[in-house]
Amino acid sequence: MKPFDYQRARDLETAAEAAQAGGRIIAGGTNLLDLMKLQVMTPERLVDITRIPGLDRIESDGPGLRIGALVRNSDLSADMRIRTGYPVLARALLAGASGQIRNKATTGGNLLQRTRCPYFYDPAMACNKREPGAGCAAIGGVSRMLAILGTSEACRAAHPSDMAVALRALEAEVETRRADGATRRLGLDALYRLPGERPDLETTLEPGEIITAVLLPAPLPGATQSYRKIRDRASYAFALVSVAAVVRMEDARIATASLAFGGIGARPWKDPEVDAMLSGQSPSAELFVRAADRLLAQAETDEGNDFKREMTRRALIAVMREATGLAPASTGTDKAEVPA
Amino acid sequence: MSEAFKMDEAQPRLLDETGQGLIGEPLDRPEGRLKVTGQARYSAEYAPERMVHGVLVRATITRGRVTGFDDSAAQALPGYLGLFHGPRFIRNPAQGMADEAPCQPGESIDYHGQPVALVVAESFETARDAAARIVVHYDEAPGAPVAPDTGEIEENEKRKSVQGDLEAAMAGAAAVVDAEYTTAGHAAAAMEPHAAIAEWRDGRLLMHGSLQMIRFNKNELADALGVSPEAVRILAPYVGGGFGSKLGISSEHVSAALAARALERPVRVVMSRQTVFDAVLRRTETWQRLRLGADKDGRLTAIGHEDRVSNLEGEGFAEPVSAATRFLYSAPNRLIRQHISRNHRTPSGSVRAPGEAVGMFALETAMDELAEKLGLDPVELRLRNIPERHPVTGQAYTARALAESLREGAKRFGWDQRPETGSRREGEWLIGMGMAGAGRSNMLVPSAARVTLSRDGALVETDMTDIGTGSYAILGQIAGEMLGLPIDKVAVHLADSDLPGASGSGGSFGASSSGSSVFLAARKIREILAQRLGCKPEELKVSGGEVSGGGTRAKLADLLPEPISAEAKIEKGKTAESHFSAGFGAHFVEVAVSEVSGEIRVRRMLGVFGIGRVLNEKTARSQAVGGMVWGVGSALHEELGHDPRTGHIVTRDLANYHIPAHADIPRDMEVVFLPERDDQANPIQSKGIGELGISGSGAAVINAVHNATGLRLRHFPATPDKVLAGWADGR
Ligand SMILES: Cc1cc2nc3c(=O)[nH]c(=O)nc-3n(C[C@H](O)[C@H](O)[C@H](O)COP(=O)(O)OP(=O)(O)OC[C@H]3O[C@@H](n4cnc5c(N)ncnc54)[C@H](O)[C@@H]3O)c2cc1C
Repeated sequence: MKPFDYQRARDLETAAEAAQAGGRIIAGGTNLLDLMKLQVMTPERLVDITRIPGLDRIESDGPGLRIGALVRNSDLSADMRIRTGYPVLARALLAGASGQIRNKATTGGNLLQRTRCPYFYDPAMACNKREPGAGCAAIGGVSRMLAILGTSEACRAAHPSDMAVALRALEAEVETRRADGATRRLGLDALYRLPGERPDLETTLEPGEIITAVLLPAPLPGATQSYRKIRDRASYAFALVSVAAVVRMEDARIATASLAFGGIGARPWKDPEVDAMLSGQSPSAELFVRAADRLLAQAETDEGNDFKREMTRRALIAVMREATGLAPASTGTDKAEVPA
Repeated sequence: MSEAFKMDEAQPRLLDETGQGLIGEPLDRPEGRLKVTGQARYSAEYAPERMVHGVLVRATITRGRVTGFDDSAAQALPGYLGLFHGPRFIRNPAQGMADEAPCQPGESIDYHGQPVALVVAESFETARDAAARIVVHYDEAPGAPVAPDTGEIEENEKRKSVQGDLEAAMAGAAAVVDAEYTTAGHAAAAMEPHAAIAEWRDGRLLMHGSLQMIRFNKNELADALGVSPEAVRILAPYVGGGFGSKLGISSEHVSAALAARALERPVRVVMSRQTVFDAVLRRTETWQRLRLGADKDGRLTAIGHEDRVSNLEGEGFAEPVSAATRFLYSAPNRLIRQHISRNHRTPSGSVRAPGEAVGMFALETAMDELAEKLGLDPVELRLRNIPERHPVTGQAYTARALAESLREGAKRFGWDQRPETGSRREGEWLIGMGMAGAGRSNMLVPSAARVTLSRDGALVETDMTDIGTGSYAILGQIAGEMLGLPIDKVAVHLADSDLPGASGSGGSFGASSSGSSVFLAARKIREILAQRLGCKPEELKVSGGEVSGGGTRAKLADLLPEPISAEAKIEKGKTAESHFSAGFGAHFVEVAVSEVSGEIRVRRMLGVFGIGRVLNEKTARSQAVGGMVWGVGSALHEELGHDPRTGHIVTRDLANYHIPAHADIPRDMEVVFLPERDDQANPIQSKGIGELGISGSGAAVINAVHNATGLRLRHFPATPDKVLAGWADGR
């Protein structure tokens, strides 16, 4: 570990200044500190934002909710407003990491956690995300946990967050504060970049820009929400494939469907065309198969992760069958109905 | 006073007569409270004055030579003390019971991740930073084979055993199974990382080392350092799990000792979790072919077990994959062969239940398949094939609870409720039951102990280790039982190489071997007490501070004007030739398999075992449960992922190397020990339990998956993708 300075920010202003000057924000530290120990990340200065007042609250925001960036994953998943209005989020959170880690992990930190690609984690391996232009040792390596959508020749890393997958399905937005004090709101599609040739650039945040909150729109009345995560052990494992769904039925038709996927994308994955082709249709196995085909049309796999196609297909179909009432809910999926 | 005892004949069951009521009782570990309150000091948890910190530097090529080190970037760091390397550095840990230094490769590199140097600094943080700044120059020899099916493949003649004509028997059998299996490599994944603190005092090395076998480790370390064994003292009072990975000395001990000598300061080296994966001996991956043939009544006519394992050239260890196949079932025509692939992965060694842990996947799932083909119940098939004598050696068996375990387990588990294959479902979950036999050979390894009885109580001294298993508890119980003392009057001092040399912890032989030495030393003391009282030793009763026998009685204190000390050493003798001793048992498992995702959940487990005399019901049960959990891990989760180009272990932390989490293990986990005495095993009639719980449990899980789904999975771990692939293949 490299020596670093540590600064405790009193307010967002000083935090932003320090961050703009090259300081690295630390919240729960559950991801950043691991990476620092391995010297995958070597900040000269840490800016601790956890003592900044006011960022750890969940408040109403018109008909929706405003979740402060410092709200702990465990508190968020336990909040009654979240559990009743946004169960997909509560369930995605509980499907991630472990109780101890969720007690430390924050909303902002969860969004910005970095990939778990093992080649990114090992400084002896070439990695364009760590060192632009160095090459990618993951290509041709052990690829089980790598992405199959949105990847590039430079990077195959998957985004690991469960929470962010639920947030994409909920069409949540992120509120940030730029270094100059201006705030902006952006959707997750605008927050996360695809790797392209520069996988080191993971978001569109500017230097000194801090996530202050996540904004949830009003819950969709009568919609079914579910999160299904398939993994290599029953708990404490990153997703091989996960699906978050918010589906509203009307007269036995799918009025709206919003699906998002984890474990398969370079970023928390959403394909608007998939949502569009489901919406307005009457549910059928055949429709779901077509939706899965559409989702996976651009997938690129190798021998080590080709199974994710079939696994994604099955997860999507199972979640949609349950959400639309074609099949009874089962213990594999966390499904809940939002009161109308 | 020292007694050397050879196990030449069965001994009287004295522990059934003594009547103190300690043996077998589920007593707490005496050190348990210290551990859970953080007061038990593990190897890294000492802070001798002026101690400095070392971090190992690894090779980042697979094969070649180190041509130089450049530490100029490290020298800039305040507190940097130097880089240590050289001809005494070891390539990899010593194999279990090596008793001599492992390979000292000089500049040679044989695997990616091999420790090549130690960086030392005033603080751990500086040392870690400095280690990352060292530039190692190499002369690389590219193209090193790293996959187990490439490179040199040699036959291990020692493992070859042929009886009758397998091919002919297969051709004439009423039902056959002939299938190939693979198991992934495993890490021991002990919670405590490998650690050492080395300190030289007046030319003698004091080593706090997380180690399992002190008697051997002392010689290994002395040999590696080029000093006499008397110049080495090892202490390891608490070890946070070993599972084979701490059987032999490893890089942290040798490098810490060398640096401490050069710097004249104590040096601490703790491996990072990643280094534990890189540089500690792994369990080899295996390829296996298993053949079974039976007549129409379900009597085996043929058993063939061939396997391929891997290890580095020069490493003597080869996972004994077919270990259980040799003795579990009878069949006149047998073939056992092994090949070793010489590749350049991290070398392999003993990991808990070497052999049975992976070999029984093939044997016990093939038995399940054979039972199905014969239309026989799998329990019944096993009952029909219990041999009279050891099928390979012809030895008589000692106490063997295989049949009783199978019957008792079937009854307790509700085996008669086993559904038709693929017929039971709860929502998307397919439910099934499976079972397997269990067998793990039991050994007696030379072991010595000293017991001293004084008016204050008894003291047990031996260099035996307690790696979390319960040695402190059981050795105290044996001494207390023999000397008529309550447990709080017995002190147990372990894991100091200056004490009498024990078997160490490994191969499930620790409790019985070291326990026998304590028993014999205490028996000696009883003989002296009998003499002093004036009765025959068989008549002696000691309890509640009173000694009686032959019509006389006395206060114990009065017979102890000065303490009595006795030392005893046990080793195997004629019974090990005439008899074959092993732990036996049966596993029963219920699983649920998601029809959607292929995820497998274990819902219920039962293990029934015969392990001779149970020394402590609680610690024995913990061993059995731990073993069964390992079975679940190797069946469903655990897999070392090797990079196909460098061979290095990619899954080098506990987020990527999946051991079972709590949620993977059912609440409903039952362990039953059948009453048993193994008279030929040792004088306390006990057998090992540390590894029996693994042996067969994974196969029972997989057999339950078959019952649930109809799938025959043969590649382990059976992760969800393999279940889905099975369905896609229509298997
Ligand atoms: C063993 C293990 C298993 C795990 N399993 C899962 C899992 O199954 N699913 C899952 O989703 N996650 C999992 N996690 C990851 C965990 O969810 C993240 O580590 C955690 O959410 C990060 O939050 P944090 O507050 O600790 O972030 P930190 O480590 O403090 O920060 C992470 C990053 O975010 C930046 N940052 C933090 N807050 C802000 C802010 N407000 N504005 C701008 N930048 C900010 C930091 O600079 C840093 O780069 C696992 C982690 C571990 C260690």
